[in-house]
Amino acid sequence: MAEIKLPAMSPTMEEGTLAKWLVAEGDVVKPGDLLAEIETDKATMELEADDGGTVVTLHVAAGTEGVKVGTVIATIAGEDEVAAPAAPVVAKAAAPVAAAAPVAAPIAAEAVVAATAPVAFDGPVKRQTVREALRDAMAEEMRTTPEVFVMGEEVAEYQGAYKVTQGLLEEFGPQRVVDTPITEYGFAGLGTGAAMGGLKPIVEFMTFNFAMQAIDHIINSAAKTNYMSGGQMRCPIVFRGPNGAASRVGAQHSQNYAPWYASVPGLIVIAPYSAADAKGLLKSAIRSPDPVVFLENELLYGQSFDVPEGDVAVPIGKASVVRAGRDVTLVSYSIGVGVALEAAKTLAAEGIEAEIIDLRTLRPLDTATVLASLKKTNRMVVVEEGWPVCSIASEIITVAMEQGFDDLDAPILRVTNVDVPLPYAANLEKAALLKAEDVVSAAKKVCYK
Amino acid sequence: MARTATPKSGTKPKASAAPAALTDPAANAASAKDSSRGWPRPPEPKRHKATGPELLDFYRQMLLVRRFEERAGQLYGMGMIGGFCHLYIGQEAVVVGIQAALRPTDSVITGYRDHGHMLVAGIPAEAVMAELTGRAAGISKGKGGSMHMFSVEHGFYGGHGIVAAQVPLGTGLAFAHKYKGDGGLAVTYFGDGASNQGQVYESFNMAELWKLPVIFVIENNQYAMGTSVNRSSSEDQLYRRGESFRVPGLQVDGMDVLAVRGAAQTAVDWVRSGKGPILLELKTYRYRGHSMSDPAKYRSREEVAAMREKSDPIEAAKREIIEGGFADEARLKEIDKEVRAIVTGAADFAEEAPEPELSELYTDVLVGTY
Ligand SMILES: Cc1ncc(C[n+]2csc(CCOP(=O)(O)OP(=O)(O)O)c2C)c(N)n1
Ligand SMILES: [Mg+2]
Repeated sequence: MAEIKLPAMSPTMEEGTLAKWLVAEGDVVKPGDLLAEIETDKATMELEADDGGTVVTLHVAAGTEGVKVGTVIATIAGEDEVAAPAAPVVAKAAAPVAAAAPVAAPIAAEAVVAATAPVAFDGPVKRQTVREALRDAMAEEMRTTPEVFVMGEEVAEYQGAYKVTQGLLEEFGPQRVVDTPITEYGFAGLGTGAAMGGLKPIVEFMTFNFAMQAIDHIINSAAKTNYMSGGQMRCPIVFRGPNGAASRVGAQHSQNYAPWYASVPGLIVIAPYSAADAKGLLKSAIRSPDPVVFLENELLYGQSFDVPEGDVAVPIGKASVVRAGRDVTLVSYSIGVGVALEAAKTLAAEGIEAEIIDLRTLRPLDTATVLASLKKTNRMVVVEEGWPVCSIASEIITVAMEQGFDDLDAPILRVTNVDVPLPYAANLEKAALLKAEDVVSAAKKVCYK
Repeated sequence: MARTATPKSGTKPKASAAPAALTDPAANAASAKDSSRGWPRPPEPKRHKATGPELLDFYRQMLLVRRFEERAGQLYGMGMIGGFCHLYIGQEAVVVGIQAALRPTDSVITGYRDHGHMLVAGIPAEAVMAELTGRAAGISKGKGGSMHMFSVEHGFYGGHGIVAAQVPLGTGLAFAHKYKGDGGLAVTYFGDGASNQGQVYESFNMAELWKLPVIFVIENNQYAMGTSVNRSSSEDQLYRRGESFRVPGLQVDGMDVLAVRGAAQTAVDWVRSGKGPILLELKTYRYRGHSMSDPAKYRSREEVAAMREKSDPIEAAKREIIEGGFADEARLKEIDKEVRAIVTGAADFAEEAPEPELSELYTDVLVGTY
C-alpha cells in the first residue's frame, strides 16, 4: 500500500486546496496518470501517479481547503511486488520532514508574515497581495496610456513565471503583452531603444539574477543617454522583477541587486515592502520620464496588505515611517521591513520602542526622513536582506556620519545577510540570511541595554 | 533520424536592401539549397549497432536516471528537496548515448537540469541525492543544490543556473583542452530556450574561428518553461543555428539511444580530428513540468501521453532487447530491481546524512588567504 501525501509543489507552498479528484476509489492507475488537481499558492497543479496500482481510499474530500503539505490524501495498492517498494518509502520518509519542515517556510518570509505594518489610509481600502497590487498598477496605467507595454519571458501566455502579469494578455492582447525568447541582453536593449523611440516599456526580468545578462543596457544605455545627449534623449522605461533571496534556490538565484543599481546616477531605484507601496510606486515608475529599476521580492508576492482603492500613486523619493518610536531607528527596505517590524515587537516587549523607516526609494534616497528620525532617537540600526559590504547600509551610515554626526549617541550598526554566496543547505541558508533576533541584539547594543 | 541542413518549408524570402550589383545571387541561391555552402561537413551519422551487453548497459543507465528522478520528485513533494528541481524524465537517451562516446579525459558541462548528466558521468547516486537534500555528503557539500553540482574528478563541470552561461564556459573548457594538447574535448549541453541567448553565437564564432574541440548539444525538448520553440525562434530548425559561423549541424532523434550514440560518434570523430566544433540538435521531450512548480498548462495531456506511449526511449530499448534476444523479461525485471535498490539506497542515505557544519558557511569563498 502506498500512501499518497499532499506534495509541496513550489518552493514556498505550505498548504493547498484539493480542488478536484480525477480518480475514484477502485480505479486502476498507470504511472503518469493524473490523480488530482491541487491549488497551490501560485497556480493550479496536477498531481500525477509515479507508480501504477489501484486506488483504495481517497482520504480528503474534493474542495477541501488548507490541506497541509504531507497530509495523506489517498492510498494506492501497488501493481506488483516490483512496483510496490517505491511508495512505502514516501510514507516512511515523510515523518521527520513534517517535524522539521525545513523547506516550505523560509525564515525571512516567516518573519514578514508575523508582522504587518499598521499603515492607515484615508478613503476606502481593499485587502490585496503584493502580486495583485503590482498587476493592478500595470493594468491601470496601460488603460490610460497606450504607449505602455509589458515585455519579458513568460509574461503573456504563461501569465508570468510568478503570476504577476496574470490576466494582462487577455485584457491588452499580444501587441502590448509580449512574450520574449530567453534573451535578456537583447530585449533589455530593445526595450531601451523603444523607450528612446517614444514608448513606455515595462521590461520584466523573470528574476533580477537574470538582469545581469542585461545590466550593460540598464546602465550604459538607459541610465546615461539623457546626460550624454544633453537632455535630448529620454528613456522612460521600467525594469522590474523579483530581487533578493527566494527560498533554497542557491547562490546564482539569490542576490540583492539594490546596492548595485542604487550606485548609478541616471537611474531611479525603488524597492517597496507593502502592497500599497508596490502599487503606488509602480504607477509612479511607469509615469516617470526616467529609467526606473523596480525591485520586487518573491517572498512578498503572496503577502496581503491594505491597498487604497483607485488611482493612488506614491511619490518617488519619499521614505515612510511605518512605526513610530522614541528609542532607536531601524532603517530598512523591501523584505527587510518585515524583519524590522518583527524585531520591533520583541523590542517593545522589553521596553524599547523602535521607529521603523521604510526607504521605499533607494535612489534618490530620502535622507531627510532618515536624519529627522535620527535626531529624534539618536540611535540607528540598518536592516538589509543583502550583503554587508558596499551596501545600502553603508550608504545610510555614511549619510548619518556626514550630516547627522551630532545626533548620534552610539555607533550605527548594520544587520545584513552573511558575507558569503547564498548556500543551498537548509541550515546554512537560514544561518546566512537576515534574522529578526540579530536586529533585536543590535538595537539593544546601540541602546546600551 | 538525422537531417542535414535543408531549409524548412515556409522560409520567408529575405528582402535585400543592397544594390543588385553588390550582392552575389549565386551565394543566396546556394544558401537556399545547401546552407553549408560547400564547407566541409561530417558524414551522415549512422544508427549505432549495439552489442547485447552494450544495449543492456544503455537500458540500465537510462532506467537509473528515470528512477532516480522519480524519487527526487517524491522527495521534493515531501519537502526534503527545496528550491527549484528540474527533472530529466523523458530525455534519458540523450545523455546516455552521448556519454558512451566520450573518454574519461573529456569534459562535460550543462545547465540546471543536470542530475542525469551526473549519474551517467559516473558520479555516485548517493552524492547526487545528498546534494539535493542539502547534506554535507552531497557532491557540492550541500552548498550548491540541484542546479549547482560539480565533480571535477568525473570531468563534470556543472550544473549552471543561468540559462546558456554554460555555453561559453564549455567553449572555454575546449580552449583549455586544445591549449594543453591533451586530446580531450568538451561537450556543452544546453536547451532550445538557451539557444536564443546571444552568448551562444559568440561562442560558436570563437569555437569555429579557433577550431576548438567542442560538441555543442542542443537538447531540444520543445519547450523552454512554457514557451514552445516556434514561439521563440525565427529559425526553429536548431541544427542550422551554427551555419553563419560555419559550424556544421546535425539533427538527431534524441528519443533513440542508438541514434544518439551513432551521432555522438560522428561528432566525436569530427572534433577529435581537429576540424573544430560541431552542433548536434537532439529532438527530445520532457514528461514533467519545467520544474517541480510548473503547472504545465501550455501543452495538452494528450501530447505528453502520446510521447510517453509512442516515443519512450526506455520502452524502445526494452523492445529492442527482447526482440534481439539479448535478455528476457525476467532479466529486465532484475535490472529494474537493482536500479531501484541503488535509488532507494541513495534516497535513504540522503535523508539520513547530516547537514553541513555551520562553519561550512564561511569556507570556499576564496582559495587564498590575504
Ligand atoms: C539568464 C536566465 N534567464 C532566465 C532563466 C529562468 N529560466 C530557467 S530555465 C528556463 C527555460 C530554459 O529552457 P531550455 O533552454 O529549453 O531548457 P530546458 O529547461 O527545456 O531543459 C528559464 C527561462 C535563467 N535561469 N537564466
Ligand atoms: Mg527546452
